[in-house]
Amino acid sequence: MEKQLQVSAIKDGTVIDHIPTKALFKVIKILQLEECSEMITFGNNLDSKAMKTKAIIKIANRFFADEEVNKIALVAPNAKLNTIRDYEVIEKRVVKTPKEIFGIVSCFNPKCITNVENIKTRFEVLSNKPITMKCFHCEKITSESEMTYL
Amino acid sequence: MQTKSLISITDFTKEEYLKIMRLAADFEENPNQNLLQGKVIATLFFEPSTRTRLSFETAINRLGGKIIGFSDSASSSVSKGETLHDTIKMVSNYADLIIMRHPMEGSARYASEVSNIPVINAGDGANQHPSQTLLDMYSIMKTQGSLDNINLFLVGDLKYGRTVHSLLMAMLQFENPIFNFIAPAELAMPNEYKLLLASKGIKYYEHDEFTDIINAADIIYMTRVQKERFIDPVEYEKVKNIYILRNEMLKDTKENMRILHPLPRINEIHTDVDNNPKAYYFTQAKNGVYARMAIIAHLLNLK
Repeated sequence: MEKQLQVSAIKDGTVIDHIPTKALFKVIKILQLEECSEMITFGNNLDSKAMKTKAIIKIANRFFADEEVNKIALVAPNAKLNTIRDYEVIEKRVVKTPKEIFGIVSCFNPKCITNVENIKTRFEVLSNKPITMKCFHCEKITSESEMTYL
Repeated sequence: MQTKSLISITDFTKEEYLKIMRLAADFEENPNQNLLQGKVIATLFFEPSTRTRLSFETAINRLGGKIIGFSDSASSSVSKGETLHDTIKMVSNYADLIIMRHPMEGSARYASEVSNIPVINAGDGANQHPSQTLLDMYSIMKTQGSLDNINLFLVGDLKYGRTVHSLLMAMLQFENPIFNFIAPAELAMPNEYKLLLASKGIKYYEHDEFTDIINAADIIYMTRVQKERFIDPVEYEKVKNIYILRNEMLKDTKENMRILHPLPRINEIHTDVDNNPKAYYFTQAKNGVYARMAIIAHLLNLK
């Protein structure tokens, strides 16, 4: 148990915990937090029993629909979401990999039309661990190691 | 979009495959039908493909339709920098159906999303070429009387060859297919297809040469083993003659056996096979016109 909060508490909002340290800025980008005007605090390279090190994001007065937050499953498959009301955790959620991914990742296939024209990419998720996805357009299968985030 | 397009072979159901077979047979019997009278069909060939384009254009002409389009991107507005999106938007305002070949993979699927008229994929890079598969199936149906219980020998480049992958996907919809894959290790059938067959309990066998096993085949589907696919040219030299079909190899093959090839052939079928009645590849190309007439009639709900 942490004796002292590593990132200060919020009254109302969402805490996204157990983000891999490498994925912190990807999560910020995927959730478009750059454009969020609410108070956001984040910490990186924090101690974690399960992950050794982790990242955490606290967003005041923002609450996420499953659909929205599941987008981060690609980069932070073990992330946990705590919904906070009046300093109390009222709900805990885990992220789930969606069946389809829109945008977020580019197709690894240089001959895919989505890399040439201005097209929102679309993938069908074939497996979760490791993640493999099939491009809706060129039908090529992208593995985790080949993924490039938009 | 509500319109039905043909982008991948898996876009059609088994019932639709069988309908295409029936319609193709009907068109072969009675090729000049005026079903497309008053209709305009766009053939957009962003890269040249004389064989496929002529086959589609013959199909359209036999159905009494009018053709607009281009046979390579140099003669289209693409050379001015127009996007595929805008070309498709414009053409879908003019025509009733688009037939498109494009070098980029996924381009046909994208075109079908942009277009409000049906799109037929006539080849999108190395991805899909479904009308080829339907004409292959029609050739199998015609020569074997059925698409069930076919022992299919796929020979040559099974790794990159899109025609063999699509044919496999289509044939596994039918009863009791047996697949024999004959390829060098470098060009073996990808695992994803083998896993799919195994999951459906469909039999397949892998071989690195085919002289001793050829007599079991109902269909031998030959493809080209291309030198540029090999990382090590020595490996190519070692295998290049193994995958050449010669007339003497056919003497004890089944009576009903037929040899198919998507063409163009280089040397993988020796010319001494051409006069053997089991050589079917030129008739197969002719069947392409009827299969394409059937696809057009189906997508436009004319039959």
